[in-house]
Amino acid sequence: MSDLTRKTAVELSELMSSGQASSVEITQAHLDRIGATDGAVHAFLHVDTEGALAQAADVDARRAAGDELGPLAGVPLALKDVLTQDGVPTTAGSKILEGWKPPYDSTVVKRLKAAGIVILGKTNMDEFAMGSSTENSAYGTTHNPWDLNRIPGGSGGGSSAAISAYQAPLAIGTDTGGSIRQPAAFTGTVGVKPTYGGTSRYGLIALASSLDTPGPCARTTLDAALLHEVIAGYDPMDSTSINQPVPAVVDAARRGDVTGLRIGVVKELGGEGYQPGVEARFHEAVELLTKLGAEVVEVSCPHFQYALPAYYLILPSEASSNLAKFDAMRFGLRVGDDGENDAEKVMSLTREAGFGPEVKRRIMLGTHALSSGYYDAYYGQAQKVRTLIARDFAAAYEHVDVLVSPSTPTTAFAIGDRVNDPIAMYKNDLCTIPSNLAGNAAASFPVGLADEDGLPVGFHVMAPVMRDDLCYLVGAALESAYADQWGGVLMSKAPELEVTR
Amino acid sequence: MTVVADVLSIDDALAQFDPVMGLEVHVELNTLSKMFCGCPTEFGAPPNTQTCPVCLGLPGALPVVNARAVESAIKIGLALNCEIAEWCRFARKNYFYPDMPKNFQTSQYDEPIAFNGWTEVVVDGETYRIEIERAHMEEDTGKSTHVGGATGRIHGASHSLVDYNRAGIPLIEIVTKTIEVPPAKAAAVARAYVSMLRDLLLALDVSDVRMDQGSLRCDANVSLKPSGSSQLGTRTETKNVNSFRSVERAITYEITRQAAVLVAGGKILQETRHWHEDTGVTTSGREKSDADDYRYFPEPDLVPVAPAREWVEEIRATLPEAPPVKRLRLQTEWGFTDLEMRDVVNGGVQTLIEQTVALGVAPAAAKKWWLGELARAANEAGKDVDALGVGPAEIAEVQRLVEAGALNDKLAREVFDGLVKSEGTVTEIIEARGLALVSDDSALQEAIDRAIAANPDVVEKVNSGKPAAAGALIGAVMKDMRGQADAAKVRELLNATLGI
Amino acid sequence: MPSITREEVAHLARLARIELTEDELDHLAPQLEQIIGLVAQVSEVAAEDIPPTSHALPITNVMRADVNVPCLTPEQALSGAPAAEEQRFRVPRILTEEA
Repeated sequence: MSDLTRKTAVELSELMSSGQASSVEITQAHLDRIGATDGAVHAFLHVDTEGALAQAADVDARRAAGDELGPLAGVPLALKDVLTQDGVPTTAGSKILEGWKPPYDSTVVKRLKAAGIVILGKTNMDEFAMGSSTENSAYGTTHNPWDLNRIPGGSGGGSSAAISAYQAPLAIGTDTGGSIRQPAAFTGTVGVKPTYGGTSRYGLIALASSLDTPGPCARTTLDAALLHEVIAGYDPMDSTSINQPVPAVVDAARRGDVTGLRIGVVKELGGEGYQPGVEARFHEAVELLTKLGAEVVEVSCPHFQYALPAYYLILPSEASSNLAKFDAMRFGLRVGDDGENDAEKVMSLTREAGFGPEVKRRIMLGTHALSSGYYDAYYGQAQKVRTLIARDFAAAYEHVDVLVSPSTPTTAFAIGDRVNDPIAMYKNDLCTIPSNLAGNAAASFPVGLADEDGLPVGFHVMAPVMRDDLCYLVGAALESAYADQWGGVLMSKAPELEVTR
Repeated sequence: MTVVADVLSIDDALAQFDPVMGLEVHVELNTLSKMFCGCPTEFGAPPNTQTCPVCLGLPGALPVVNARAVESAIKIGLALNCEIAEWCRFARKNYFYPDMPKNFQTSQYDEPIAFNGWTEVVVDGETYRIEIERAHMEEDTGKSTHVGGATGRIHGASHSLVDYNRAGIPLIEIVTKTIEVPPAKAAAVARAYVSMLRDLLLALDVSDVRMDQGSLRCDANVSLKPSGSSQLGTRTETKNVNSFRSVERAITYEITRQAAVLVAGGKILQETRHWHEDTGVTTSGREKSDADDYRYFPEPDLVPVAPAREWVEEIRATLPEAPPVKRLRLQTEWGFTDLEMRDVVNGGVQTLIEQTVALGVAPAAAKKWWLGELARAANEAGKDVDALGVGPAEIAEVQRLVEAGALNDKLAREVFDGLVKSEGTVTEIIEARGLALVSDDSALQEAIDRAIAANPDVVEKVNSGKPAAAGALIGAVMKDMRGQADAAKVRELLNATLGI
Repeated sequence: MPSITREEVAHLARLARIELTEDELDHLAPQLEQIIGLVAQVSEVAAEDIPPTSHALPITNVMRADVNVPCLTPEQALSGAPAAEEQRFRVPRILTEEA
């Protein structure tokens, strides 16, 4: 039953509830698919075959016993390796955590388990989520299933590659500056960054605490919404968690009606530096939404141009502090403990050996930005710019319901292309970063292939805080309109991967 | 190991210099759980049994503020006449140290919860006002044991073992503004301040305040300026000052050390120094440098604390009476003279007496034991009087036995000696040391008969109309009984025997 | 004048406890200078009267009740330790007293 891997989560759920397939069969099919394709894709850092099959068998047993199960019970999922799972290796893509098995579950994992979702394994990522390509992973680059010579985006490239390679129908990502949405755009899949505080960060290995947000990845809008509903909601273990009901994302994804919705096209997110094929697909999608009944206007957010510099001050500052705990004392790698070297030396040697170049760069930058004499000019000023960006959003939302832009300025680039040019790499996240700074909800939906390279283009929707449902509303409207044109989701146009045994 | 610096005598030092002090006191709160997680805070638990992902700083874990710790911080702030912030944040203090799990301490920086306060202390009958700069919330670190060195100290150790039970226990740091008092009073005022804080914190019921267990720790900043000058000198920060008496001793030492350096034409280094209780000196720790760049920034994992004014007022309404008011009340209740009360305050035993009196002991008796026998024992042992192993409960028990005639003062002192030496409970010590008074009349009568037989000349004197001479016979009987007799009873029996 | 010198990078590396190689120091100084050039654009924004944003959302007063919850067992706590002894984390000797 190899076609089980082509099903959406909703379809798999129906197969299970109607008794046509068991979770064990479904899980095994996906494990087989991983075995057959991951040599080429390298989406996974760890495949938990035993644990996944045990979870699947448990769900099957509960279903047989007549237990009431959630809509995604028994559906397999790929978990970004930045979230802790009790007893399962968790590395955040770094050598410094090689072999570490956390003694606790992150809140996201707890909720996945409680929903009966089967965790297949941990997916590749840029080290500590610092990057836009997975090339910064200490464990090798993930390849884009649309073109194996290209990157799948990052930092959550492993999760997006896993779902676009049909290794899993669902995945979890985390988004600090675009790490869910940019990989979704590059792989023709759906990726949602919930409102900051809408999903718990407990057990998420922190990059930048004030920006990090876990969220769902899937091949369809409804699958993403169902997963969103499982992981979202108030968590008393995370002080920044929002104590409010989860927005009605599933309902919005089912409805997909944009009649009367006021949509603002952000003037500043386009033009110079944007690939023509990306802009073409973006404008087509905007027109499509107009046809579907939305009111489209142009909106100016003048401070968005400063989002990237502000982000590259705030993120490294927080990261330099968050990553201080990786010091060889309590867990993880230890280098140079020869009985002579003192603790300080062993810390320094370990961090030198355990961190990759991009991580070191950002730690150094953050250390600099926070040091006395520079704080006001850098970190302090960046926080003020953050206020101005949030005010740009607030002003725009007085006139429109959602803002839209391309998800990324370009389509997926070739592996190795931007490795030696950090700034070119950083510019990938121009469109996605403002929403992290302001904390609002945002998502990327596939809207076709760029003419010049035949690669997926993502459509970016930004909605106000705790209006995540509006993202799904737009995504579902686009998805169903394109399904009429394409005869299915964009993923159905993806080339077949060569299967190895 | 350490070269002990030359020091001037304190009189010489104070003849030439005026000391300037600042005190930073860290108080461990007595909350059930830690500052940012639900782990217990019990002292002395087996290593690493009170930890979780949060206080171990494991990747992914996040802090959540303990509401009772915030309440305690506000209580302390109010009791020190501070303003309570309407809005404040936690901040990360970034530096690497093996016993600090995250390599940053979650603390408060430029937005403390309480600030701009004051308090008063009394030394030798004079009242001194101490300005409080701030009181802020933070977390404690783990505890390192240094292995392989000769003395268990950091120097010469081959490695260290870290227990994170203490990591994350809530701390309040109370910082004074510069304290300037008459030079000769400086060290005593500092001691009185810390002692007053102890009483205050106990009354607030926010901390166990056991200096011997580290739940109250004091760092003393000291600098000298030439007498009468306003030119500030370089200051040192002396750490590890962990008893009331060492507050006074360490500051006195640091004054005399700095004076010697300055008189010899040397310069004071801006550095951290460590107080050594055993040798009574401070030694150089670490020079302050640009490496002390803590890169403070607002803690993004915690949201701001904005105590509602109603809550602050509710807390204010629960505060116990202010220490000066309480002192006067107690003095009246106990019927002590001004001089007696001053001794009680200076001796740091006011709270101990209060607790003892609460157990039914007469104030005069409580004062007699605490200021007499136990103060002397503490001095001999080089400890604070409340760290001796004798508490109000033991005093009350012993005093009851004295009043019942089962012990006399001399035997009571022996019981206290046994308690200080950790020989067991009061009953066990009386038993083991054989301290019960002999109340058996026949045994006493035998001893009296022996004394009369052995001292015919004294009996002669008594019989010849000098009854006062009988005192020598009582002394002989008491000696014979090795003190374990009630002197009044002996006199009664002796008088009957001699027919006087 | 460069916005960051090789010496400053070396100082930052000490602060951040990373034992950079000479080669890395050579590379990092110009790279960081380039990135600082980018991020310094924040200074172009006139923001004197603008309050800084440290948290994405304006939430305050999130606190938990002072109650105990189960701890890790010492075995769990020490499970990831590079070295352990006497139920404690074994760490290399510490040369400097605590800050």
